[in-house]
Amino acid sequence: MGNVLNIVLQRLALGLLTLLIVSIVIFIAVNMLPGDFAELILGQGATPEAVKTIREDLGLDQSLISRYFGWLGGMLTGDLGTSFAQLNFQTNLGGDGGVTVVEQIAPRFANTMFLAMVTAAIAVPIAVIVGILAALYRNTVFDRVANIFTLSSISSPEFFMAYVLILFLAVLNPILPSLSNIYQGMEFSDRLVKSLLPALTLTLVVTAHMMRMTRAAIINLLASPYIEMARLKGMSPMRVIVKHALPNALAPIINVIALNLAYLITGVVVVEVVFVYPGIGQLFVDSVKIRDIPVVQACCLIFAAAYILLNLTADILSILSNPRLRHPK
Amino acid sequence: MTDTLVEIRNLWLEGRSDEQWNPIINGVDLTLKRGEVMGLIGESGAGKSTLGLAAMGFCRDGVRISNGSVKFDGIDLLTASAATKRGLLGKRIAYVAQSAAASFNPAHKIIDQHVEGPTQHNVMSRAESEADGMALYEKLRLPDPEKIGFRYPHQVSGGQLQRAMTAMAMACRPDLIIFDEPTTALDVTTQIEVLASIRDIVKDFDTAAIYITHDLAVVAQMADQIKVLLKGDEVETADTRTMLSAPTQDYTKSLWAVRSFERPLKAPVVAGSVPVVSVQNVDAAYGKAKVLHDVSFDMHQGRTVAVVGESGSGKSTTARCITGLLPPTSGQISFGGEVMPADYRKRSKDQLRQVQMIYQMADTALNPRMSIGQIIARPVEFYLGLKGREKRAKVDALLEQIELEPSQYYNRLPSELSGGQKQRIGIARALAAEPKFIICDEVTSALDQLVAEGILRLLAKLQDDLKLSYMFITHDLATVRAIADEVVVMKDGRVVEAGPKAEMFQPPHHPYTDLLLSSVPEMDPDWLTNLLDQRGVDNIGDSAVGKM
Repeated sequence: MGNVLNIVLQRLALGLLTLLIVSIVIFIAVNMLPGDFAELILGQGATPEAVKTIREDLGLDQSLISRYFGWLGGMLTGDLGTSFAQLNFQTNLGGDGGVTVVEQIAPRFANTMFLAMVTAAIAVPIAVIVGILAALYRNTVFDRVANIFTLSSISSPEFFMAYVLILFLAVLNPILPSLSNIYQGMEFSDRLVKSLLPALTLTLVVTAHMMRMTRAAIINLLASPYIEMARLKGMSPMRVIVKHALPNALAPIINVIALNLAYLITGVVVVEVVFVYPGIGQLFVDSVKIRDIPVVQACCLIFAAAYILLNLTADILSILSNPRLRHPK
Repeated sequence: MTDTLVEIRNLWLEGRSDEQWNPIINGVDLTLKRGEVMGLIGESGAGKSTLGLAAMGFCRDGVRISNGSVKFDGIDLLTASAATKRGLLGKRIAYVAQSAAASFNPAHKIIDQHVEGPTQHNVMSRAESEADGMALYEKLRLPDPEKIGFRYPHQVSGGQLQRAMTAMAMACRPDLIIFDEPTTALDVTTQIEVLASIRDIVKDFDTAAIYITHDLAVVAQMADQIKVLLKGDEVETADTRTMLSAPTQDYTKSLWAVRSFERPLKAPVVAGSVPVVSVQNVDAAYGKAKVLHDVSFDMHQGRTVAVVGESGSGKSTTARCITGLLPPTSGQISFGGEVMPADYRKRSKDQLRQVQMIYQMADTALNPRMSIGQIIARPVEFYLGLKGREKRAKVDALLEQIELEPSQYYNRLPSELSGGQKQRIGIARALAAEPKFIICDEVTSALDQLVAEGILRLLAKLQDDLKLSYMFITHDLATVRAIADEVVVMKDGRVVEAGPKAEMFQPPHHPYTDLLLSSVPEMDPDWLTNLLDQRGVDNIGDSAVGKM
C-alpha cells in the first residue's frame, strides 16, 4: 500500500502546483480584460482624478506583482477580498465595510453544488446502467435506441433541451415548476422539486458521454482471453459483463464521470439562466460584465480547483481500481 | 451411460475475414471415449483451437459452424439452447487456455475465480469449493496451497498460474477438459512440471481431454491418440505409439523430420584470432535491479553462438548491452578488438552498421504502414548512402538473397505476408546494412516448425555466403542443436557454462545445463514417465532449479 500512498501524495502535490500556476494565469488574464471597474462605475463622468481616487481606494494602482501576492496571501488565509460592486453600494448608502467575496459566492456555490449533486445522483447511475445494458445487448435495437437518444440529447443546445422539458413537464403537464428560484432556508424537499427540471436538463446533457464510455470500455474488453474464459466457464452474459468486464473497465469510466461532474460545476450557466437558478455561473457572468475583479478571480479559481480536484480524484480512483497497484508482488 | 463422450461428425467451420466466409475446418470427425486423451496437432492456422472450442459448442466471434454435428454425452451442442450449454460449460466441459496470465481475470483473486464455477453451477458451496481448491493446488504441487489462492493473478508466476488454471478447470470435476496449448508460453523447466501435473490429475480423475499443441514431443507424453490437422483437414489419426513409429502420410512424416536439421560441425576457432564481438566482464542493471553479473564471451567470424537460458536469465539484456541500447554499468564490449562506446548514441554510423538485430515478433518489428521495399531501402540509404536506381538494385538483390521474388514483394505491405515471410524481411533489413554481426533474438520461436526450419536453413546459408557471425538467443534446445557452433548457457544474469556445441551436449554438464537438457521433451512417449521414475517428481523442472 505504501506504493499507492506515494502515488497519491505525488498526484496531490502536482495538483497543488497546477492550482498555483492556474492562479497566476487567472490573475493575468483577468487583469488583461479591457477597461476597469473605476472607469466603468463612473461612466461618462470619469475624470482622471476621480478614476485615480477610486483606483487608489481599491488598490488598483499597485503593481501587478504586488497585487497578485496580496491576493494569493489573502486566499491562503481564506480571505478572497471584497466585492467591488457591493462595496461601493454599501459605502455610498452609508453602510460600513461591504460584502466580502466569500459572503457573496458561498450561497451561490452551495446552490451550484446542490444542483450538480442532484444531477450526478440521477445521471451517473443511469449512464452506467444503460452503458452496461448497451454493452450486453450490443448491436440490438436497445443499443441503437440508447445511442441515438443520448447522442441527440447531447447534440442539441442545452437551452433547447431545457425549453423542451419545460414545455412537456411544466406547461403541457404541470408536474414540475419551471422556475428554480431557490433561496436560503428552503426545505430540502422543496429545493429538490424546484431543482429537478434543471437537473433533468443537465442529465440529458451529460449522460451520453458517460454511457458511451461505459459501453465502449466494456466492449473493448470483451475480446480478452479472461472474458472468453468466463464464458467458457458457463457464466451468464450479465455476470460476464458485470463481474468480469466492468471491474477492469473502471478507469476510463471514472475519468469520464469526473470530467462530466466538473462540467456540472463550471459550465452550467445557460441552464441557470433558463431556469433562473441562483448558481455560481450567473454570478460569474454578471461580475465579468461589471469588472468586479475579486469575484471573477475567485470564481475562476473555484472552477479550476473543481476541475483539478475531480481529475485528481479520478486519477486516484483509477489507480486504486488496478489490482496490480493495490497488491504489488 | 455410453462409452463415447464426444462425437463430432463431418464438422465444417468458417471464419469471416475480408468481408467473406473462408473455410477453417473442412468436414472433420472426432470421437473421444471417456477418460481418453486426444492430442490435436498441426501448425498455426490448422484450425486446432477452433476445433477444440467447437467440441465445447463454442465459436469465437467471426467464426460459424456451417455444417455437421457435435454431440457431448448424447447432447447435441449445436442445437442446444444457450442456457443448456451454459449448464454444461465449466461444469462438465472445462477449458484450459494457452496463456494463464491473460486468461485469469486480473481484478479478482485466484480462489474467487476458482470457486465461481462450482458456486454458480450449484455443485458445491463456496466453503467446500475453497477447501477443494486448496486440495487441488496441493495435488498439482503448487507451493503454499493454503494461501496461494488468495493472491491476485499477477502475483503468481506463469507456471504456477497455469497449474492454478488446471485446478480451476477441475473444480467441478468435468468429464472433458480442452487443453489449448497450455505449456507453449512456458520455459522448458517450468513446462515439464506442468506437464507432469496435468498428466497425473487427468489420470487420477479419469477425465477425458483434448490436448491441443504444435509440439509433437509434448503431445507424445500426454495423448492416447493423436489427430494431425493441416489447414482444416484431417491428415491422419492413430494411437500415439503407432503415429510416432509409423506415420502413413507424407505431411506427418515431414513434421517428424523437422528435428533432423543439423549443420555440420565447424573446425574449432583458431587460437589467438580476434573475435568479431567480445563481451568482457559486463555488469548491467535496470535502475537499481542488477540483471547481469560479470558476463563474458566471444563471438568469432562466420560462427554462431547460441545463448540459451530461460526467461529472465539475461539473454536479451546482454543483446541490449552489445547494441548499446543499455550501457553496461561496468565491463566493455569490443568489435574486432576495438572497444566500443557503451552508449549507442556515442557510436559512429559505421560502428552502428556492424551490429544488426532480427527480432522475435516480425509482426511488431516491421512498420505496418511501409511497403517491403521501403522497409529494406531505409537502412540501404541510411548506412550505404545509395539512392535511386542503385538503391532499388540493392533492395532487389537483398530480396533475392532471402528467396523472395523482388517484383512480387517490393510493393506489398507486411500485413500481406505470412509469418515466415515477415521474418525473412526482418533478415533482409538486417543484411541491408552489410553488418558483420547479427543478433537473432528468438527469431524462430513464434513460427511453426516447418517455417522455422526454413528460416534456420536460410540463416545458415547466409552465414556461409557472407561470413556472418550470429548471436542466436533462444530457449529452444532443438534450435541450438541445429544451428549453434558455440553455446553459452545463462541463468539469473550469469554465464553458467560456455563452450563448443559438441562439448555442451556431452556430459559432464553443469547441473543447470543438465536440467535444461533433460527438460526438453523427446518424441519417445515414455520419456516423461521414465524421467519421473529416474529423478523423482521433486528433482525435475523448477523445483530442481530452486534447489540449486
